[in-house]
Amino acid sequence: MEMTASAPTQASVEHTAPVVLSLNGVSHTYASEDGARTVRALSRVDVEIARGEFFAIVGPSGCGKSTLLDIIAGLATASEGSVTFEGREVRGTVPDGVGAVFQEDTSFPWLSVWDNVAFGLRRHGVEAAEIARRVEHAIALMGLGAFARHHPAELSGGMRQRVCIARTLVLQPRLILLDEPFGALDQQTRLLMGEELLRLWRETQATVVLITHSLDEAAMLADRIGVMSARPGSFIEVVATGWPRTRDSRIFSDSRFGEITARLWSSLRAESMKSMGQAGR
Amino acid sequence: MNRRTLDPLLLIVAAIALWQVLFVVAGPDAIASPLATLQRLITLGQDPRFWMNAGATLAAFGYACVLSIAIGLPLGVAVGAHKLARDVSEPILSAFYSIPKITLYPVILLIFGLGLSAKVAFGVIHGVFPIALFAIGAIRNLSPSLLRTARVLHLSPRQTATSVLAPAALPEILTGLRIGVSAALLGTIIGELFASSQGLGFMLIRAMENHQVADIMAVTLFLFLIAGIANAGLLAIERRLQWK
Repeated sequence: MEMTASAPTQASVEHTAPVVLSLNGVSHTYASEDGARTVRALSRVDVEIARGEFFAIVGPSGCGKSTLLDIIAGLATASEGSVTFEGREVRGTVPDGVGAVFQEDTSFPWLSVWDNVAFGLRRHGVEAAEIARRVEHAIALMGLGAFARHHPAELSGGMRQRVCIARTLVLQPRLILLDEPFGALDQQTRLLMGEELLRLWRETQATVVLITHSLDEAAMLADRIGVMSARPGSFIEVVATGWPRTRDSRIFSDSRFGEITARLWSSLRAESMKSMGQAGR
Repeated sequence: MNRRTLDPLLLIVAAIALWQVLFVVAGPDAIASPLATLQRLITLGQDPRFWMNAGATLAAFGYACVLSIAIGLPLGVAVGAHKLARDVSEPILSAFYSIPKITLYPVILLIFGLGLSAKVAFGVIHGVFPIALFAIGAIRNLSPSLLRTARVLHLSPRQTATSVLAPAALPEILTGLRIGVSAALLGTIIGELFASSQGLGFMLIRAMENHQVADIMAVTLFLFLIAGIANAGLLAIERRLQWK
């Protein structure tokens, strides 16, 4: 496979597809656990994400990445600013067409893989034949066919995350939010899962927003990468990778790959040091 | 024969062997042999008064179990669901769980008098606290990610409670039920030992007063079998719910 990419660029919006997700001046403040002080987690986050785009977010620990994802998903409400998905404001309710996978394994241990994947469809009264068709497809897509009757406790961590992804995919979301879904996996499994994610993204044509600690993962997977500052988090740079839509982990050997990760790190280094200072407080 | 069948059998054989050794060491004045105990239990089993006493104990035990679950489970779930209620109530419930309940026996007798209700009450004060405390723990240990997942899957509050939170909490709740049921049996028997004119506990205290060692051992073996059957039943359900 030959993959060529243009040099990483400071991108406004490279995509020609219509904007599907828009964040305008999103800020968020919350009370600390002891209630003694307020914490400003996010400060004026602005970004526009195009339909079918793969957008990754990297940033130092505690910079508000997961809070931002919760706000996009409608699981939390921004203190200021607005989030718009498909032209409608997202405010405290998960919009139709949005699916999310979290870092923690949230597969249901009391259900088989098949029943886990079918769970959401059954709760929404989808016809049995349609459930079977969609579940079989999602299970095959995630390479879980041989384990459909197994329970999560019999699977590895990577396979359990695939179950969670399949459970989300089966609902046919147009926007998939991933909060470090491979964070607990070893590096080799992460790479393979990343490849599967790219394949799914191409097949479903969904828009993906991925939060990750791994600069390599972001550089391999994303069309654009938003680099967040230390808390209060905001985008200090958005880097376009310029990769072709058909790509996999072999992109690591492309000379541009090193340029992208180096650029991300040069933006992040000072912010990560700030973040380490904050953690001590 | 697989390990699951063989291991309990080996344990039973080892326990009987140890019992026989104790009999040889301590002598027939202190302990009856396994064979003599079994023979006495078979004889008692042919006496209708034994079954009347066993029926009285099982009835009190049954009531104690039902009440312990009916009080302990909703109490534990309600307290577990609210942080403030949990912070305030858990130390109090833990204290009640730890104190020797025998100290409350005079109070129970004054309130309920002699008879079935006092035995049931004594069973309940033994059974209710582990059930409530395990239910509190089960609710507290529910991962917040389950709630986030339920919201992302667009579940209603009722669907979230019945299809996600209840099955997630069930294994720990069942462990509490298993311990609570065993404790309720213990409480019921202790109640019968001290002030009752019926029941296996009453038979035990009478046998002790008359130094009928074989009767003591036979009734104890029978109680052991009841506790073992109740525990094995609940353990089997619990294992089924451990999702392999």
